[in-house]
Amino acid sequence: MSTDVESAALSGPSAPRRRGPRRFAGLRRLVEFLVILAFTFLGLLAITFFIGRVIPIDPVLSVVGDRATAAQYEAARVAMGLDQPLPVQFVHYVADVFSGDLGRSVSTNRPVADDLARVFPATLEMATIGIVIGVLLGVPLGVLSAVKRGRLIDQLIRIFALLGYSVPAFWLGLVGLALFYAGLGWVGGPGRVDIFYDGLVDPVTGLLLVDSLIAGDLDVFFSALDHIILPATILGFFSLAYIARMTRSFMLDQLGQEYVTTARVKGVPEWKVIWVHAFGTIRVPLITVIGLSYAALLEGSVMIETVFSWPGIGNYLTTALFNADMNAVLGATLVIGTVFILINKLSDILYRILDPRSRT
Amino acid sequence: MSPKTMGLSAWLTDDAPASRAQANLGRAYDIFRRLCRNPLAALGMAILLVLVLCAAFAPWIAPYSPIGQDLPNRLLPPSAAHWMGTDELGRDIFSRVVHGARLTLLIVGLVAVISAPVGLILGAVSGYFGGWADRILMGITDIFLSLPKLILALAFVAALGPGIENAIIAIAITAWPPYARLARAETLTFRNAEFVQAARLAGGSHARVIGLHILPLCTSSTIIRVTLDMAGIILTAAGLGFLGLGAQPPLPEWGAMISRGRAFILDQWWVATMPGFAIIVVSLGFCFLGDGLRDVLDPKSGDKA
Repeated sequence: MSTDVESAALSGPSAPRRRGPRRFAGLRRLVEFLVILAFTFLGLLAITFFIGRVIPIDPVLSVVGDRATAAQYEAARVAMGLDQPLPVQFVHYVADVFSGDLGRSVSTNRPVADDLARVFPATLEMATIGIVIGVLLGVPLGVLSAVKRGRLIDQLIRIFALLGYSVPAFWLGLVGLALFYAGLGWVGGPGRVDIFYDGLVDPVTGLLLVDSLIAGDLDVFFSALDHIILPATILGFFSLAYIARMTRSFMLDQLGQEYVTTARVKGVPEWKVIWVHAFGTIRVPLITVIGLSYAALLEGSVMIETVFSWPGIGNYLTTALFNADMNAVLGATLVIGTVFILINKLSDILYRILDPRSRT
Repeated sequence: MSPKTMGLSAWLTDDAPASRAQANLGRAYDIFRRLCRNPLAALGMAILLVLVLCAAFAPWIAPYSPIGQDLPNRLLPPSAAHWMGTDELGRDIFSRVVHGARLTLLIVGLVAVISAPVGLILGAVSGYFGGWADRILMGITDIFLSLPKLILALAFVAALGPGIENAIIAIAITAWPPYARLARAETLTFRNAEFVQAARLAGGSHARVIGLHILPLCTSSTIIRVTLDMAGIILTAAGLGFLGLGAQPPLPEWGAMISRGRAFILDQWWVATMPGFAIIVVSLGFCFLGDGLRDVLDPKSGDKA
């Protein structure tokens, strides 16, 4: 990415154009992007295929059990397509995934795809509130840290941010539950909503906060808010750490530039130098950082959901792990991986669109 | 001149080292002294020193056995006899945390030893040869880089089966791509340098040029990166242990200990909390040292603080 930015900066607006008219350049980029996206997705599929079919010593045995007769075993083997060569099996697998067939879950006895569609909104809701908290706190802390570079407040913020890299999420979840739920009673306990409100609101979007507002049921809304605030804040702390660290380093780069000195010499007020001149420049790279940490939150929610019994995709994944429910494990891996890849690539694209230097 | 005739410090800082060993040691000493001037880096080094000492002398430091059960004394709060209290089987938590240092060092050590060389070699080969080798190797690296690490490790352990060896393998599989990227970028900067051409002209094979001339130059940036990644590796390993997929009982792995304490978190908070502090302190130690090393070894990408 940095090389693209550099070459864009070097070529400049007056550089001779070699690639033909502008609209084709945009199209070319789009095609390039789609090709990379397709290959990355194929890579993800190859990995889940490898994990599901190649590593287990005998995938058939895990389906039929060790008391099956030879005929039953052979029938299951053919039914699973395992008598085919590996490349053929892979093609079948990819075709299945693209038609939305992720297999059946052994533990819930429903199609994995249906299960995932049901649990995904819960994770999305928590991760979204988490990222909002992370951005609202992380960006100002990072700017403050850069402005007060080397002072005590800077050191404190840096250590606070490094804690985000050092504290196990599941541990913080447990301590948070013990302290704020059991000890102080400030927040709701595990789960998405108090048990007597469970199932009161029809799922429209699957996001409980939104659904309860649509239904106009404020009791459910506040109960859900009570339950989501602690896990989302803990999740947000981890994105805060990354966002604050990156904001600080971007801001330090800008504050050392000559245009900042020029602005100060011209008598521009300090707040304007910081928030308009310097911060204006780092908004674009910050979007990439926020995109990356949003994707990372979807991943981090696995641990948090396990601790808080949050009925999302992470909890689904760990429950499936305990039941040796390989279809569910791989389906959840595939979905989280796909969302991760999409957010990654989209923030990359967004960066290129928004970066003024790449506007030629 | 030898260290005996001129004093160790002077020998180490000699401007004209007489041997390669003296030059290398002198450089290490210089880095060490600059790290000591950075308070956080010094703190990080101290924490890791304590970790290594704990791992090395665990049976002598720990007052009790890490696995011996003592049921009459179960779930005792922290006291003079049991600094961190006891768990549900009456085992002294402090002793278990001290012994757990061995497992933590084993995990991070093995993951670093497996993933860093693999990444370095793939990256150096990719950057050195360029062309299709580069495209294919970096394509694979990019695919791994764009996948979520923890989820991938979880899925690998699910297929391999729980256990500390499989956890190490799964983490190593997900940890190498950044080193490959790093080594490739470094290799590209001196692929066409004169010393590489000279080594080729002198009849050195590609393997020799990569192994003896290119890889050594990639090591310092890799060491920084590995140190910074250590905290993440510890957290992933602890997470696998917490989910019951890593080290199995009765091994005193910190993540698994937190998982055992989960049932008692409301009344006997110390069972789950204490191992967590050990994880935090050690991870912070690696972060501090990694930041310090980056400032010392690689000033241009540092935080300039």
